[in-house]
Amino acid sequence: MGEEYSLEDRFQQYVEAENKVEPKDWMPEKYRQTVIRQMSQHAHSEVIGMQPEANWITRAPSLRSKLILLAKVQDEAGHGLYLYSATETLGITRDELINQLQTGKAKYSSIFNYPTVTWADMGAVGWLVDGAAIQNQVMLCRTSYGPYARAMVKICKEESFHQRQGYEIMMRLAAGTKEQKAMAQDALNRWWWPSLMMFGPSDDNSPNSAQSMKWRIKRKSNDTLRQEFVDKTVPQAEFIGLTIPDPDLKWNEERKSYDFGEMNWDEFYAVVKGNGPCNKQRIINHIKAHEEGAWVREAANAYAKKQQARKKQSAA
Amino acid sequence: MAEKSDFKIWEVFIRSKNGLSHKHVGSLHAPDADMAISNARDVYCRRSEGVSIWVVPSEQITATSPDEKEPLFTPSDDKIYRHPTFYEIPDEVGHM
Repeated sequence: MGEEYSLEDRFQQYVEAENKVEPKDWMPEKYRQTVIRQMSQHAHSEVIGMQPEANWITRAPSLRSKLILLAKVQDEAGHGLYLYSATETLGITRDELINQLQTGKAKYSSIFNYPTVTWADMGAVGWLVDGAAIQNQVMLCRTSYGPYARAMVKICKEESFHQRQGYEIMMRLAAGTKEQKAMAQDALNRWWWPSLMMFGPSDDNSPNSAQSMKWRIKRKSNDTLRQEFVDKTVPQAEFIGLTIPDPDLKWNEERKSYDFGEMNWDEFYAVVKGNGPCNKQRIINHIKAHEEGAWVREAANAYAKKQQARKKQSAA
Repeated sequence: MAEKSDFKIWEVFIRSKNGLSHKHVGSLHAPDADMAISNARDVYCRRSEGVSIWVVPSEQITATSPDEKEPLFTPSDDKIYRHPTFYEIPDEVGHM
């Protein structure tokens, strides 16, 4: 008699051999729950992320920048929709997902709880926040859940313009007047640390990470991704003459990487727990938009019913 | 006895391996969904082409009309700022 493997063992071997899990495949319940949690958090982040940027659409300094910002916010909406639909393949409904967001049961990326107070913030958000998101999303193109990986491939392709337009804004401000350069530096000062925090707690304090790595949902640890982001971004700041607000930042020749300072973890946990500058406002806005949009959904349903009745009538 | 003319047309989608999406490969005739699946297996998967099959009655597919091609698809043609190449980023900055 051969060795007996449990379903869990077989699943583990399956993902370790770099096979993808598809909706109808058997999967451990905890895997399903973990992927739902992660994908819905990701979808909510795309959707809530529209708010800090939409804040500047009416005040964009030129028609060109306004068109670009509009296109970017539209993309975020689209990305949210890809991800919600992919999450629904795991047997949860859209209504449940939205409800979890609005009641605070589900989280979204804490970065979107910071306010966007100047036009330079549109540059910093695109360059740093989207840059950090891309770092994470490129890894997720190889995640073990098939629909998630496929959504990520499409999202990564589209995100590239987001980061480039952000860097372009920073590049122009940094090459502008003294005041414009100061504005760019101020935005970098405020967004640098929150961007590093986007990668989550350090590896020693990330209880879910190990299991997610084991299941190949995550492919790299929080600290690895954070380091990659720092190494990529520091030269980009130097190139436009801006200074990363970290006195401990130093090139480490031995590691061929930058050493950098410790993040303010008290702030990190405070924002995660709902006490960031904009947490309440973001959710209030989401609920308001959802409720005020109810008539659109009702009208669409009424229209569909009418069309159906008309079709039946003409067939009779 | 059922006539062949009672058979519906089914569109067949095949996932060639886990991780890839189902892709349209063609269509076939069958009297119901179960038989459409087994026909699809025989017609389209004789050489290990797939690990999963979807069949959809052709009549259930709503498609855009060729007449609407222009109003539907040209509006995005002039939005070149949606593409990363619209932005000039110096080579020194590295891939972005």
